[in-house]
Amino acid sequence: MAQSFVPIWTVILGLGIFIYVALDGLDLGVGILHGLVGPADRATVMGSIGPFWDGNETWLILGGVGLLAAFPLAFAIIIPAVYFPILVMLLALVFRGVAFEFRFKQPALLRIWDGAFCAGSLVATFAQGVVLGSFIQGFKVEGRVFVGTSFDFATPFAMLTGVALVFGYGLLGAGWLVLKTEGPLQAWSRRAGRVCLVGTCLCIAAVSLWTPLASATIAQRWFGWPNTVLLLPLPLATAAVAFYAWRALGRDGDLQPFLAAVALFLLSYLGVAISLFPMIVPGHYTLWEAASPESTQAFLLVGTLVLLPVVLFYTGWSYWIFRGKVRGDLGYH
Amino acid sequence: MALDPLFLSRLQWSWVISWHILLPAFTVGLASYIAVLEGMAFFTGQALWARISAFWTRIFAVSFGMGVVSGIVMPFQMGTNWSRFSDTTANVLAPLLAYEGLTAFFLEASFLGVLLFGRKLVPAWVHFFAGLMVAAGTLFSTFWILSVNSWMQTPQGFHVEDGRFFPDDWWAVIFNPSFPYRYAHNVTAFYITTGFVVLGVGAWLLRRGRSTAEARVMVVMALNLLIVLVPAQIVIGDMHGANTLKYQPAKFAAIEGRYDDVSPLPLTLFGIPDDAAGTMRDVVEIPALGSLLLTHSRDGTIRGLESFPEDQRPPVGPPFYAFRLMVGIALIMLTVAVSGQVLRLRGRLFDSVWFLRLCQWTAPLGFVAVIAGWITTEVGRQPWTVYGLLRTAHSVTPSLTGTDVAISLSLYVLVYLIMFPTGFAVMAGIVRRGVGAGAAPEPVEAGRPTPPYLPHSVPPPAAVPGE
Repeated sequence: MAQSFVPIWTVILGLGIFIYVALDGLDLGVGILHGLVGPADRATVMGSIGPFWDGNETWLILGGVGLLAAFPLAFAIIIPAVYFPILVMLLALVFRGVAFEFRFKQPALLRIWDGAFCAGSLVATFAQGVVLGSFIQGFKVEGRVFVGTSFDFATPFAMLTGVALVFGYGLLGAGWLVLKTEGPLQAWSRRAGRVCLVGTCLCIAAVSLWTPLASATIAQRWFGWPNTVLLLPLPLATAAVAFYAWRALGRDGDLQPFLAAVALFLLSYLGVAISLFPMIVPGHYTLWEAASPESTQAFLLVGTLVLLPVVLFYTGWSYWIFRGKVRGDLGYH
Repeated sequence: MALDPLFLSRLQWSWVISWHILLPAFTVGLASYIAVLEGMAFFTGQALWARISAFWTRIFAVSFGMGVVSGIVMPFQMGTNWSRFSDTTANVLAPLLAYEGLTAFFLEASFLGVLLFGRKLVPAWVHFFAGLMVAAGTLFSTFWILSVNSWMQTPQGFHVEDGRFFPDDWWAVIFNPSFPYRYAHNVTAFYITTGFVVLGVGAWLLRRGRSTAEARVMVVMALNLLIVLVPAQIVIGDMHGANTLKYQPAKFAAIEGRYDDVSPLPLTLFGIPDDAAGTMRDVVEIPALGSLLLTHSRDGTIRGLESFPEDQRPPVGPPFYAFRLMVGIALIMLTVAVSGQVLRLRGRLFDSVWFLRLCQWTAPLGFVAVIAGWITTEVGRQPWTVYGLLRTAHSVTPSLTGTDVAISLSLYVLVYLIMFPTGFAVMAGIVRRGVGAGAAPEPVEAGRPTPPYLPHSVPPPAAVPGE
């Protein structure tokens, strides 16, 4: 079967998932930090993502159904393998999502919904990190089905990636708050950003050492000649961006910390992609083997090439409408 | 192992979809209603329309938020619990789901932000346009998801290879035989559901003497919608039924509670189905009316379930009862819609206490009818996920144990039993506060820009001398 659209779908899906990680990462991160700021600032913190959060989560649906459409075999194997992390993530997203609306309309239960918002963000983030860790480690597969148990996800490595994502999203969230807030809250966000940055860097280092030790294929990919030299710019750039993020969090610019956090995510994301390519079910199926037929990919590609830029345009537009600093004292609605 | 992952997965799917469908059943209609109100506000410039719109938009925000989070759960169910179904059908169905995301979800989410928070940040026409886009998004979403569901009921435009479906003709896939009827029937049902909610809320406000001017507008608008759509729905439903008779005869037999073939066909009003014995007990029926209503002829008949192999029959009970419930509700709705117009012509609409009370009581009926219709069509499709081709038993994820699904189902039950009643209480609270509430300090405020982007209501600062 001819599969000429696999590379472009790899790029589109990779882009879609990255956009999800950057956007929902920032609002899940804001949710995590929300639990750490004083009660007076909570409305402002929540207001900073009020108009955006459901659009951001839409990328999760697109990532999920995009994977199902372009690489259905991968979807059918990976999702059952992370049954419980996905369950926990979905339920956590339910809680934090409804907390947006409920907290303002049930003042008596404000503290409960604030707690649900923060805990939901934290748990959803950790669960996504566990999904990532399980994915990198690979699954037990026979034929076209996952044959492990629903508890295979619970490995030390997956717990590490869970923690890594909490720090990472916390960093994105702090960058976003630096951008959207002013005064003491902004200063607090800069400090929180630095804490998250340190945590993120430690986790990136740990994951980068652990994966090649655990997988000969990945070790060969990074340390075989001449890959070591060719790939050297990636860790160097990561270190440089991390250094820049540290400096940016300590200085005046409002946008730089957020951009640095996004760049750090992009580099880590590329790192994972380099480790695994061309596998979409690590150890079992390549992108080409898991792909849907050309007719399916072509049919969806036509619309995607037209619609995705439109979506990006009006998503950008709505961010533009709500640009500037949040004024939490005025309330949300 | 006593716990059956297949049965529990079916329960779990029923649980999450049944709660989820309540929200689109409401928000699809409400989005269009808000777009109309925004249009009236924009073209007439009267504050009344904007107040009503703001009131319903507050309620919309809550239900839409709940719809988003309970909706995200759905595509993942296809992976977690129905991975064999996903692997088998994805080549055909997944692009339709992806198009739902691309054409609908982003449109709704992005423009909802503007609708909710942007009244003072964008020009009035942009705000109206945002309302239109949200409404269009809900209709696009309904289009794609029902196309997927309809294909599962009446599949076409594909071939099978290695036990999996491959697309041949996308037009045939999307516009499969049951889709046009299902789409019309569902969208009309959603509009009617919303109409009854608006009617009930308006009636409640009138009886309490709150926001009377706005409440009268709501009641009249709702009644005008319903007097057109309720009769139309009965006709559309009949056409949808004829389509089912043609393409899914076993489902139709279950709906009618017919095990045997008889002519002329009686209309079974009530009975107690016994699938094991293949007969209806304690039947109440009207002779020959079945032929007339169902086949539109004097002696037409339908295939009874006996003529289908035993392993290809749906259970009769759920579709049989759910269908009767749905039709019964339709008749009550028709009564309310007609009574309302009669009272209106006599000029007694707003002070007829019994009618306003009736409107309050019938407010949730649309939801019940939607669920009943859903049970009719989904249980009627059994034992298949893709009608006649892929069995439900062969669709479930093979790696799941009964314990896995028991855990996940319990958690879904727990979380939804917290979330949905709370959401309902929040919406009821908005209604209780009335139309005017919250309109005074008209809030933008999330992401409020710093000067010079002042809200329109604030006068621009006086020119500084020397500038």
